[in-house]
Amino acid sequence: MELTAEERAILAGARGEAARRALQYQVEVGEFWGARRLVPVTGVHMMGDIEVMGDGGLAFLREEAALGARCAVATTTNARCIDFAHRARLGQDASEAQKERELIGCLRAIGVATTDTCINYQTVYQPHFGERVAWGDTGTVIYANSVFGARSNFESGPAALAAALTGRTPEYGFHLDEHRRGTFAVELDAALEDLADWGAVGKLVGEAHQSYWAVPVFHGCRKTPTADELKHLGAALASYGSMAMFHFVGVTPEAPSLEAALGGSTPSERLAVTDRDLAKVYSSYRLGDGDARLVVFSGPQQSLFEMQRLAALFSGRRVAEGSSCFVTTNGAVLAQSRALGYAGALEQAGVTILEGVCFYILQNLSPMRVANRWTNMVSNSAKIVNIIGAHRFNPILRRTADCVEIACSGVLR
Amino acid sequence: MSVIRVERACGPVVEGEALVSEEGFSPRYDLDRWSGVITRPGHRLEGASIVDKVCFFPVAKGGIAAGWAFYDIKWKKIAPRAFVFGVTNPVMVQGAIFAGIPITEGWSPDPQGLVKTGDWVRVDPGRRQIEVLRRA
Repeated sequence: MELTAEERAILAGARGEAARRALQYQVEVGEFWGARRLVPVTGVHMMGDIEVMGDGGLAFLREEAALGARCAVATTTNARCIDFAHRARLGQDASEAQKERELIGCLRAIGVATTDTCINYQTVYQPHFGERVAWGDTGTVIYANSVFGARSNFESGPAALAAALTGRTPEYGFHLDEHRRGTFAVELDAALEDLADWGAVGKLVGEAHQSYWAVPVFHGCRKTPTADELKHLGAALASYGSMAMFHFVGVTPEAPSLEAALGGSTPSERLAVTDRDLAKVYSSYRLGDGDARLVVFSGPQQSLFEMQRLAALFSGRRVAEGSSCFVTTNGAVLAQSRALGYAGALEQAGVTILEGVCFYILQNLSPMRVANRWTNMVSNSAKIVNIIGAHRFNPILRRTADCVEIACSGVLR
Repeated sequence: MSVIRVERACGPVVEGEALVSEEGFSPRYDLDRWSGVITRPGHRLEGASIVDKVCFFPVAKGGIAAGWAFYDIKWKKIAPRAFVFGVTNPVMVQGAIFAGIPITEGWSPDPQGLVKTGDWVRVDPGRRQIEVLRRA
């Protein structure tokens, strides 16, 4: 790789041992992908909590802090695994919570703003067109690339932390024009009235084209999608398909037309998603053994407008006796939701609001499932429906209002 | 002696017993990160241990959390000796390099049929090749 004089100085230790190690690691990753150089980034979003990092990751972070590591650019954290306010009720381990506190302390010591959110693009920072960032959590990356026209690869925890310390990232993948062109076309011939419908589109398209390098171009949509709808579409594409970018003709900045989004190339495939396709998605989820006593609104965390809608749907109602309903959001949205009365309305209905976490990565989730005798998990998020299987839940995707009905009746519909 | 050429590779030369999968892999979705055994119900290698193996997977699955997972299993001494992928993604590469586990991507010819689980293989990232040294 071609390194600048400043980068060579970092490798020689000019910015300390932590930065030296970080840059050395980035060069190895860059050389694997054939990157010619490193490029500066303006911001980093990293995943780092005790559930994903484990004791080894915590030991690494402790060492980084001791070496005097410091973030060179603004760095934020993704949703984490422990809600300290609800830890005991959730049955999360006190010892792991203690490690999580230490881990958060290490991150803050090196200059990380622990925002604990997977919707940083809605609530913390919106990069501009062409801005290079190093973000982690796939949903944040696909939103940055697609909706903002910013540039990022999937940067996992160690890679994002390295970018934070050096202020750079290797130039490969979605930093390069050649990988950002659409590769296949998807006509949206469906009403798409609920967030779950947008996630279901992401499931259908992602599942059938699993590749980091596949870039769908959506066209023919009869409505203007909202930020929350694009969030659910992107999160599902990234989850089911490992995709990091999509185009949406007339909506995303690199897609003024279908031809422009495809960059002059012929699409490898043309397909359409219809209302009938979406109906099949919903009917494919069935109640397995057990009952529908767990409803989750999470993965991604809820935006303020999602909180507002849920508060309206739950208004004057109660979560059914013996059922549990969880909502996850970040601290900023929760504070505003409290001020606006949404959080109060949800809590009055018996909904538990978890802060700064994602339901999927909750520490102790598998034992929690067993202790509560949860078998099925109902959600309006196609993403969490995809990944929760690792904890042996039977997941069921339903539209938002249906999820509320199920939460309040305990009956699947 | 069978030789497989790989397109991209990183890490030191290692030898080990092959574990060949027809299905993709995610350390988060498929693996018990305390035992090193593939536990996701229905995975074609359900019940198989990846500990100390040279793992052949056609594709990589999963999200960002996989990046820390390789370091975590290395720390717990249940890591494989190398990952050999047909097609991988940045997260797997970032995670493997961070954990010091050799990783390769792209193969010619396809190891299906050429390498069998239990064969003893050598992964040589510098020379971009994998050799079958001994048949099971």
